[in-house]
Amino acid sequence: MRKIAIYGKGGIGKSTTTQNTVAGLAESGKKVMVVGCDPKGDSTRLLLGGIAQRTVLDTLREEGEDVELDDVRKAGFAGILCTESGGPEPGVGCAGRGIITSINLLEQLGAYAEDVKLDYVFYDVLGDVVCGGFAMPIREGKAKEIYIVVSGEMMAMYAANNICKGIVKFAEAGGVRLGGLICNSRQVDNEKEMILAFADALGTQMIHFLPRDNMVQKAEINRKTVIEFDKEHPQAEEYRILAKKIDENKMMVIPKILPMDDLEKLLIEYGIAS
Amino acid sequence: MALPEENNKFEPDEYNPEEMKEEMLLQYPPKVARKRAKQIVINKFGSDGEVGDISPNVRTVPGLIGQRGCCYAGCKGVVLGPTRDIINITHGPIGCGFYSWLTRRNQTDASTTPDNHNFMTYCFSTDMQDEQIIFGGEKKLALAIQEAYDNFHPKAIAVFSTCPVGLIGDDIHTVCRNMKEKLGINVFGFSCEGYKGVSQSAGHHIANNGIFTHVVGTDDTEHDGKYKINLLGEYNIGGDAFEIERIFNKCGITQVSSFSGNSSIDKFANAHVADLNLIMCHRSINYVAEMMETKYGLPWIKINFIGANATAKSLRKIAQYFGDEELIAKVEEVIAEEMPAVKQSIEEVRPRTEGKRAMLFVGGSRAHHYQELFAELGMKTLSAGYEFAHRDDYEGRRVLPDIKVDADSRNIEELDVKPDPLKYNPRKSEAEIAKLAEAGLKMSEYEGMMPDMDSGSMVIDDISQRESELLIESFKPDIYCAGIKEKYTVQKNGIPMKQLHSYDYGGPYAGFKGAVNFYNEIDRMVNSKIWKYLKAPWQAHPELAAAYASD
Repeated sequence: MRKIAIYGKGGIGKSTTTQNTVAGLAESGKKVMVVGCDPKGDSTRLLLGGIAQRTVLDTLREEGEDVELDDVRKAGFAGILCTESGGPEPGVGCAGRGIITSINLLEQLGAYAEDVKLDYVFYDVLGDVVCGGFAMPIREGKAKEIYIVVSGEMMAMYAANNICKGIVKFAEAGGVRLGGLICNSRQVDNEKEMILAFADALGTQMIHFLPRDNMVQKAEINRKTVIEFDKEHPQAEEYRILAKKIDENKMMVIPKILPMDDLEKLLIEYGIAS
Repeated sequence: MALPEENNKFEPDEYNPEEMKEEMLLQYPPKVARKRAKQIVINKFGSDGEVGDISPNVRTVPGLIGQRGCCYAGCKGVVLGPTRDIINITHGPIGCGFYSWLTRRNQTDASTTPDNHNFMTYCFSTDMQDEQIIFGGEKKLALAIQEAYDNFHPKAIAVFSTCPVGLIGDDIHTVCRNMKEKLGINVFGFSCEGYKGVSQSAGHHIANNGIFTHVVGTDDTEHDGKYKINLLGEYNIGGDAFEIERIFNKCGITQVSSFSGNSSIDKFANAHVADLNLIMCHRSINYVAEMMETKYGLPWIKINFIGANATAKSLRKIAQYFGDEELIAKVEEVIAEEMPAVKQSIEEVRPRTEGKRAMLFVGGSRAHHYQELFAELGMKTLSAGYEFAHRDDYEGRRVLPDIKVDADSRNIEELDVKPDPLKYNPRKSEAEIAKLAEAGLKMSEYEGMMPDMDSGSMVIDDISQRESELLIESFKPDIYCAGIKEKYTVQKNGIPMKQLHSYDYGGPYAGFKGAVNFYNEIDRMVNSKIWKYLKAPWQAHPELAAAYASD
């Protein structure tokens, strides 16, 4: 079982990319579970067709100790198992602690057990690595591979660099590695070249360049992944390629963090200067 | 500052205190040694009679086993804990509430308030669980306040934040405000998360701010009585406040309120109508006194009821402040009445205690106050230090302008207090205060512990366990005074140990009767032979000698 966490700047398209990619993996016969680690609980919406799923933490709160795996895990598109960690309303409590509790509960309930025969677990994690709780999926070996969704926008790259700091921290202790950058294009000038150079500087790869396509949004409005909504569409093929690349990926690295100056230089060289 | 008259040079055994200090520092890495060097001071009087600098109220070096408590302990445990009719709810996981439950032996007399409320024997906690940590604990806090109200109908409820509350950002003050409105009683909160500040001292300050903001000055009822005082920084451990109240009553002094031994919230509310604040523990309560002076014009003096002579001196200071011949005469009469029993006791005990030696590492005042009692027993204080005091408690308030405010202190709110437009009433004019000062009674003055200690004695702030063991090994004091955390390591070294936070099982030690109790207790402890038997016979004589029985 490969355990993968997807990180990236808020709003970069982590949930969309994750769901479309796992749809590709599932389509090719892989058994996948997605664990949404966003308090909003919307990481599996496209896979479940918009079905509002009860989150692990809500269930834990309402049912007390007597929680069954089926209460918190639903099968979605192509048999993908979906769970949502959930969490507090904005501004109260501790979402990070919630993720820790939630993942521990899933483990205790046997969501990762041998007999489930999972090929992949994907953690879709909110925003940046902001505190211990949000680093939970990369601590203690819960996730072994990280992919960072990024675009050619400065703040997205800045966030990616910051996430790499978290990876380095846990790489030594827990063995987590960076599998690559997924460029979710924002049609910034020289975006592909810039992310290739950025990946190179981090010591990793740009595993795939996802072109921007309105089909993604169209499928999303219909509460579906592109692969489910229009499987012949070229964008569906892009996600299939990304899924295949991840499936075949052997390049796992401890990233090198870029000093702020170098990051700015990269932007000037590829972006503003040209 | 004049040197103490007797014994002003201190030469314990052949030990050179400077060498002792060096030995203590030897064990530390250079950076730690530099820091500790500023906290281990050999008491010295300069040509101007002033003592040297010390650097207390700084972070304890991780790894050193210190004596300190946390901010929550200072706020809930020390200052607010002894008030019997406030329901004190700990907002946090159960341990913080449970382990701060009735640990200080604060006594109280509920029969003196009409409703007889006494909640001190209860432990109130929101018992936060995983769910509250994740989703926030505000709802459970509101429920807890409601439940406490429904069960006990108290006059007031206070809420104390523990560490996790600060981390997850529960807004306890809004919850308190809403519940205050809903229940129609006083409900107020303290953001006294344990991690704040460098010691429990931060909690004292937060408690002072809260009680001043939410309670003091809300009841203007005037009292009969010519000499109205508040007793501040007296926590009625082992019944100390009862003895002090007995003496006040005898002298005809009216105690309007007490912060916070044997206290009730109504008295806090009314405290501003008194005419003088008396400060026992300068460290924990001077903030309220300062703020009351600014807002209501109520001056304060430092007093000390630990020690019979100190008690007499404090009563004379009070009489001098009021300047009333009747009170001056009454105070002298009471002292004359009380002292014979004290003298009789000293005469009986002192031959057995004379020349014995004590060490005191406790509190923010106690290490100073109890030196009085030991002096009355003819005992010498070899070394003393505070756990959580500031420079002014060591060197006197003259250093206040020079105290560097560091980031840790800046974290604790300083209230901006102004004279109350209606209630401000300076009890003494500036001329009167100057006249009193000329006659030797200085307002708002505390000279600190160091000027009262012998030259050459060791003053050690925030002492570590290793340092205290070195002291014990080298000086073999006859008694060591500290708290429960130190008790057993001291005893294992064969030294009698007296707890001066909780008084073990004894007390009161304040006032005249308390002094006699203390003499007897110390006599019993320093003259007990039990400590000689600490070593098993085979430790003293490892070889067994015997002869074969002849046949």
